[in-house]
Amino acid sequence: MSMPFAERLVLLVPEMVLLAGAIVVSVMGLSSRGIVRAIVPWATIAALAGSLVAVVMVHRPELAASADLPIPMLGLFARGLLAAIGIGLVLITMGSVDRPLERAFAKGLAPFDPMRVLGGEFHAFMLFSIAGAMLVTVASDLVWLFLAIELSSLPTYIMVATSRGSRLAQEAAVKYFFLGAMSTAILLYGFAMLYGATGSMELLAIEEAMTSGAAESSIAVLGIILVILALGFKITAVPMHFYAPDVYEGAAISTTSFLSFVPKATGLFVLMTVLAAVGWSADAAPASLPPEAGKVLWMVAALTMTLGNLGGLLQRSIKRMLAYSSISHSGYMLVGIVAGPQFGGFDATLFYLLTYGVTNLAVFGAIASIERQGSEIDSFDDLAGLRVRHPWASAMLAIGAASLIGMPPLLGFWGKLDLFAAGLDAGHVVLVVILAVNSAISVWYYLRLIGLPIIAPAGPRTEGLESSPSRFPLLAAVVAGLGTVLLPIMLGSLVDAASVAGPTAIEDASPQAAVTAP
Amino acid sequence: MTLWALLLAPLATAAAICLAPARTAKWIATVGACTATAIAVLAALQFPHWTSETFWPDERGPEIFESLGVTFELGLDGVSMLMVLMTVLLVVVSVIGSFTAVTTREREYYAWFMVLESCVLLAFMARDAVLFYLGYEFTLIPMYFLIAIWGGPDRRPAAIKFFIFTFLASVVMLVGIVYVASRRAEHVGSWSFLIPDLISYASTQLTAQEQFWTFLALMIAFAVKTPFFPVHSWLPLAHDQAPTAGSVILAGALLKLGTYGAFRIGLPMAPLGGAELSQFFAVIAILGIIAAAMICWVQKDVKKLVAYSSVSHMGMLMLGMFALNPIGVQGSLIYFVNHGLSTGGLFLLIGMIYERHHTKDMDQLGGLARTMPVWSSFMIFFTLSSVGLPGLNGFIGEVLCLWGCFTSEHDAVSGYPGMLGPWFGIIAIVGLILGALYMLRMVGAIVWGTPKEPHHPHDGGDHGTRLPRDMSPREIGIMLPLAACCLLIGLYPKPILESMDPAVRAALVRYPDAVEKVLAERSEAEAAEASAQGTVTP
Repeated sequence: MSMPFAERLVLLVPEMVLLAGAIVVSVMGLSSRGIVRAIVPWATIAALAGSLVAVVMVHRPELAASADLPIPMLGLFARGLLAAIGIGLVLITMGSVDRPLERAFAKGLAPFDPMRVLGGEFHAFMLFSIAGAMLVTVASDLVWLFLAIELSSLPTYIMVATSRGSRLAQEAAVKYFFLGAMSTAILLYGFAMLYGATGSMELLAIEEAMTSGAAESSIAVLGIILVILALGFKITAVPMHFYAPDVYEGAAISTTSFLSFVPKATGLFVLMTVLAAVGWSADAAPASLPPEAGKVLWMVAALTMTLGNLGGLLQRSIKRMLAYSSISHSGYMLVGIVAGPQFGGFDATLFYLLTYGVTNLAVFGAIASIERQGSEIDSFDDLAGLRVRHPWASAMLAIGAASLIGMPPLLGFWGKLDLFAAGLDAGHVVLVVILAVNSAISVWYYLRLIGLPIIAPAGPRTEGLESSPSRFPLLAAVVAGLGTVLLPIMLGSLVDAASVAGPTAIEDASPQAAVTAP
Repeated sequence: MTLWALLLAPLATAAAICLAPARTAKWIATVGACTATAIAVLAALQFPHWTSETFWPDERGPEIFESLGVTFELGLDGVSMLMVLMTVLLVVVSVIGSFTAVTTREREYYAWFMVLESCVLLAFMARDAVLFYLGYEFTLIPMYFLIAIWGGPDRRPAAIKFFIFTFLASVVMLVGIVYVASRRAEHVGSWSFLIPDLISYASTQLTAQEQFWTFLALMIAFAVKTPFFPVHSWLPLAHDQAPTAGSVILAGALLKLGTYGAFRIGLPMAPLGGAELSQFFAVIAILGIIAAAMICWVQKDVKKLVAYSSVSHMGMLMLGMFALNPIGVQGSLIYFVNHGLSTGGLFLLIGMIYERHHTKDMDQLGGLARTMPVWSSFMIFFTLSSVGLPGLNGFIGEVLCLWGCFTSEHDAVSGYPGMLGPWFGIIAIVGLILGALYMLRMVGAIVWGTPKEPHHPHDGGDHGTRLPRDMSPREIGIMLPLAACCLLIGLYPKPILESMDPAVRAALVRYPDAVEKVLAERSEAEAAEASAQGTVTP
């Protein structure tokens, strides 16, 4: 309201960099010259790196504070994280270009067909989706929020469909799209109810209306619950998680790794923003959530982690297992949201998102770095004895899995410790015990990722495996794996960077702290 | 600095092993393990607090997680110093003991072993609860690999069972620790995970009910690790399938993490909970002593038998601890060391037999006294030490545990009232007698008895190194220091007991009051019940 348009635009420079990058990249992908197409991933990375720098430069506390945002500093950490992890995700996609077709083009054996080269548009969609995810964190009203969510979601439907030639991908895309459309409808319904209860689309005005009595109205409560359920689709939370295993399995591994991070982060950011706007905020004294909504969140968190882990136990496919694993990690992250910002719960969730993002890159990168005759591996049997021929990939799988278990001193453990602390601080002992037991259940299936590659003897299936021609997925895995091991050394600054939603976030967010964002 | 060096020496060795050629791995590991031992001995010589409960060095470590106050702080007192010394000794022995037994993937084997040593040392030296948890928990990874790669035929299920049992339990402990820390943060205003901070808050400020649950959460982890009887089932499997050196370190160091944790964190943190639950855990401990002893009777496999005897011994150890008086707790602490030495020695000896005859079956072995006289002498020595022959180390621990148990009465003269009493002691003695019987039966069968040599095609082993019929000088060399320690502790335990005493009294400082409070509450409840009954039935 109070902010001049030009200043608001300054806050959006990172997204503008990404959108410009997306357009450049999609045009470059149309070039018939192989060298130009080969630059596409690098241009994508450059756009992400540019927006990372832009985030750190423009997201200054005083600027953010006057932008009418419910969580002013969320954008600094969230957008930085999205850009940084996004670079790793681009590296993983570099292994998935349709190489036989590319070679055929180069030799003139096949006519150039821009639709069938996994190049420009795919990377452009990635950038669009990440830009949408970033926009969410600087949205000041419900319409903007909704449009940002859609900008983040729509490209992912197409990414699933075009990620590989297989029928499975088409099927996955259709499922993903229809369920996504349904969740969008529910979300809009929830937003409409919030508007009806508070009379405003502006998030800060909603916050004001909620504190002055609108929170009592059952329409507002229903609106909040609908928003929670709809966002459950984005973050693969029960009861909206059903699509995840099918879609993760159907999409190519590069898209799966994207799906396991960016939409999930988007959903969590939106959830935090909306909940902060309805009073679940550190600024509000006391922070409060309608009790029904709190109960729903509690149950969603408990069910998500439990069902996710139980599902993970039963899988024979690596990607389905990872889908269930990502469901259960969403449940863990919801514990921080249930705990609430005044106990550092949002900060814990954000920090956990960082640990999860880095660790997931290691696992997905390692799996993407191996293939059989040009197609990706998907069965646990493929992993047996991997260490003999692919020592780095198997080491990164083991490190990633150990960190997902929450094995100290790897990065994942510290994320979980932070969640434990926030949950217990807020008095949710039962929920934290459920979280603890769940992380023990998950050991059962994560141990396969550690044990099969390193311990089991190499079977006949392993013999047929070869490294994917592009070494970049493995590079992403190794960098992320090293990060999983070494980042705990700079734990203090990482946690500080993630502390953007707590009570003291604005005072803490001095320019010096801003530099330490990832 | 010394402690940092002690922590980093094995890690540096592991890194060196990974970089050097495979055939040098065992030598590098030996050098590394000896270096760690030398550093530990140096630390013991510098150690100024053998007769007080102060920790050394007394300096703040760097904070590693500022917002939660997790600090990388190391420190030793009399008890942890002993644990460290025992660990480094056992690692040297195990590394040298693996020279001929491990012939595949040698670099990984020795590297994991060194990582394991570092984790165990970290847990023993940690002054911060999260740091303790870090060392405690990360031992799972190297041990998982040691069992699953170099173990027996059922190694993978054994390794997985070991991992999951321990992980599930210890994550519950983490919840307990974080709970106490969060309550403290609420009260004090800033987070800290330093063990003394947590103890001084929890033992005085938490309500009886909170202490009860905290104690239970902590003891679930330590009971699985120790292990207590109903949750022990991972241990015999893991012991049976682990390679010899893995069993030694499992019995000698990893199980001790559970009992050490109970002593260092569990008991002092929640005295009301400890007092309330001491009878419960004592009953389980006694059940464990007897049940494991009976399981031993039907074991044909020598290694499994020793593994189950471990469960039985751990029951005795915990019985002493739950006597809640200095004598019992000292007995259980000295039992730590003894059990590490004698069970470790037994596992090494059984490993030597297995390397030669490829069997651990009691029915296939017999009369080894004639063919392997040196081995047989060591076997008898360590068996006697394990069953508690006076003059050897086992005796001291057992007698002190039982003494503690007998005097752990409501009106004990020592000033430390307890919840147990002579009956607990008497039943435990029955278990001990059973224990002595089965151990001696086992020794009788394989050392004396009809001479039997199992039929095996590759005489002396199929891996290049031909082993002599009896023990080689290398094998004698690793058994001698263990035997010497057993004898020394058995004959002159005074310095060890004296060095433990202050730490034990510090750990128990709140117990007399807590026990009296619990007793008073119970008698009140009984009186109320009696009066209620009185009114109902006129």
